[in-house]
Amino acid sequence: MPLPFSSIPAGAAMPDITLQAFMAQLTIGLIGGCFYALLSMGLAIIFGLLNIINFTHGAQFMMAAFLAWIGLTQIGPWLGYPDFQVSFWVALVLAPLCVAVFGMAIERLLLARLYHLDHLYGLLLTFGVALVMEGGFRYAFGVSGQGYEPPEILQGPVDVGFMLLPKYRIFVVVASLLICFGTWFLFERTKLGAYLRAGTENPRLLQAFGINVPVMITLTYGFGVALAGIAGVLAAPIMQVTPLMGGNLLNIVFAVVVIGGLGSILGSMLTGLALGLIEGLTKVVYPEASTVVVFVIMALALLVRPAGLFGRDV
Amino acid sequence: MSTTLKIFLVLAAFALVVPFVPGLIYPVFVMKVMCYGLFACAFNLLLGFTGLVSFSHAAFLGSAGYVTGALMIRFGAHPLGMPAALVLGVAASLLVGLAIGGLAIRRRGIYFAMITLALSQIVYFLAVQFRWTGGEDGLQGIPRGNLFGLDLTSDTTMYYVMLALFSAGFLFVDRIVHSPFGQILQAVRDNEARATSLGYDTDRFKLLAFVLSAGVAGYAGAMKALVFQLVSLNDVSLHTSTEVVLMTLLGGVGTIFGPLVGAALVVGLQNYLATIGDLVTVVIGLIFIVCVSFFRRGFVGEFLHVRRRRAERRARAAPRPEPPPNDAPVAEPA
Repeated sequence: MPLPFSSIPAGAAMPDITLQAFMAQLTIGLIGGCFYALLSMGLAIIFGLLNIINFTHGAQFMMAAFLAWIGLTQIGPWLGYPDFQVSFWVALVLAPLCVAVFGMAIERLLLARLYHLDHLYGLLLTFGVALVMEGGFRYAFGVSGQGYEPPEILQGPVDVGFMLLPKYRIFVVVASLLICFGTWFLFERTKLGAYLRAGTENPRLLQAFGINVPVMITLTYGFGVALAGIAGVLAAPIMQVTPLMGGNLLNIVFAVVVIGGLGSILGSMLTGLALGLIEGLTKVVYPEASTVVVFVIMALALLVRPAGLFGRDV
Repeated sequence: MSTTLKIFLVLAAFALVVPFVPGLIYPVFVMKVMCYGLFACAFNLLLGFTGLVSFSHAAFLGSAGYVTGALMIRFGAHPLGMPAALVLGVAASLLVGLAIGGLAIRRRGIYFAMITLALSQIVYFLAVQFRWTGGEDGLQGIPRGNLFGLDLTSDTTMYYVMLALFSAGFLFVDRIVHSPFGQILQAVRDNEARATSLGYDTDRFKLLAFVLSAGVAGYAGAMKALVFQLVSLNDVSLHTSTEVVLMTLLGGVGTIFGPLVGAALVVGLQNYLATIGDLVTVVIGLIFIVCVSFFRRGFVGEFLHVRRRRAERRARAAPRPEPPPNDAPVAEPA
């Protein structure tokens, strides 16, 4: 009897894999991994100090992508100057900044009121904010994907010997890795980072030493959100800009975070990159499973190492 | 007779007359509230009485719905088809609950919630991939069949069968909460370390609560598949998992009737707001924010809180029961 539950045709052979296709999928995987790394790092930073999982992360990622798209294609006609555009480079700075300010306002006005309660409430609140943001963008712009042209200097392919790679994708990988490294450096090797780690360890003692912990928490939240914003702008030319782009990604990032643990910035970064690559490989071998391979790995990791690969249990 | 049972009997009596009074409430609406109400009760068993947050309850609702629906399509005409499909649907959700719960209880707190969320994505993926679930189309035109020969195609007959099924499910949840087992769950919720120190294997109790909750959610899902004769991907989606959180929160976490009230409010709101399309998400999100920020007890919880406070005030205002000392002058009552 053939397997009734399977979508693989009976007796299907392994697909023919050329080196070209293999490398192409691996690159796509690497880029996905960069986004996972940026997003899970932001989640880890926020979790470290606020002790909440930021369910708004996906919506903030989406909001930055939308702001970049609005800047490039919409704002000119809105203002009555059809030629006016906010370029990619300006958006790369401005959009994460806007999203961070918006995030910090929410932290101050709503989240800060819940710190003395069970962390569940913080989680539910950020979730509600995500719903409002996604619903709002859906109402304003619909669900269909919007295209975003990368800047001219990054258009076109580069010959890297064995294959042609779009310049923009190389840029995304390099930029993400630089940002990841910069964040790691900031947190692990600077005085400010030491304060932040001290705040994770014991906020009350830190406050007793004269550090304004509430302001530090707000700024940290803004920083984590800005990382999501940068990822969003970087993703705009690669993914379709839609209100749903963040929510879908965030589910995977949660699994990444469970595997890597929220305890370490380096850990969440490496796990993100590795899982992106594994996802790319799965696309070559068995494309249908590529959307769940991260979740399956998470289940396996829980069986083998319940505390996470780099994490400490909470 | 306990207060819970009294309130329940009043509600049931009201529900019994609904089909006879046209224009009072649309019976199909009541059936929808019963399905989602039971679903929220199942969720509340976990969140309110065990202190575990799950974002996977749609997976249980949906998996039971899919199994029941698929079986009804094949064997619906058989006199035992409907009960068998219902039981097997619940069995499916128990298995899914065991798998997800078994993995998730390995971690605590926030990780627990994220694991349930991620694992329920696998269930969603399987529902898209399998052939017997109908993929993107879901299962449509599920026959209601018959119960031991009793034809269920009429809405009124179906209504009373559903009312009976709902009552059984609701009283089952109430029974669990008030059983010694339920007391242990609440002890785990309030102070897990202390429960462990008293010799309870808390992981086992949490897993059992999780599986029971999954089973009741599945029971609600099977009922829903029979009433509405369709199961769609929406039933296994994160959207449904979060709706049940909102219902429970809005009605009152950790109260017996809260989830029912919350389900009625959310289902009613959806009917009422169906015309505004995408803005529904915004409204639901705003309710979430308001609820979490200012209204954490929910409607039923707030009601109970006000009543308790009033009782306390009355107890304080009442004269002290102990008699005054013999040599003291007895005060004249004002």
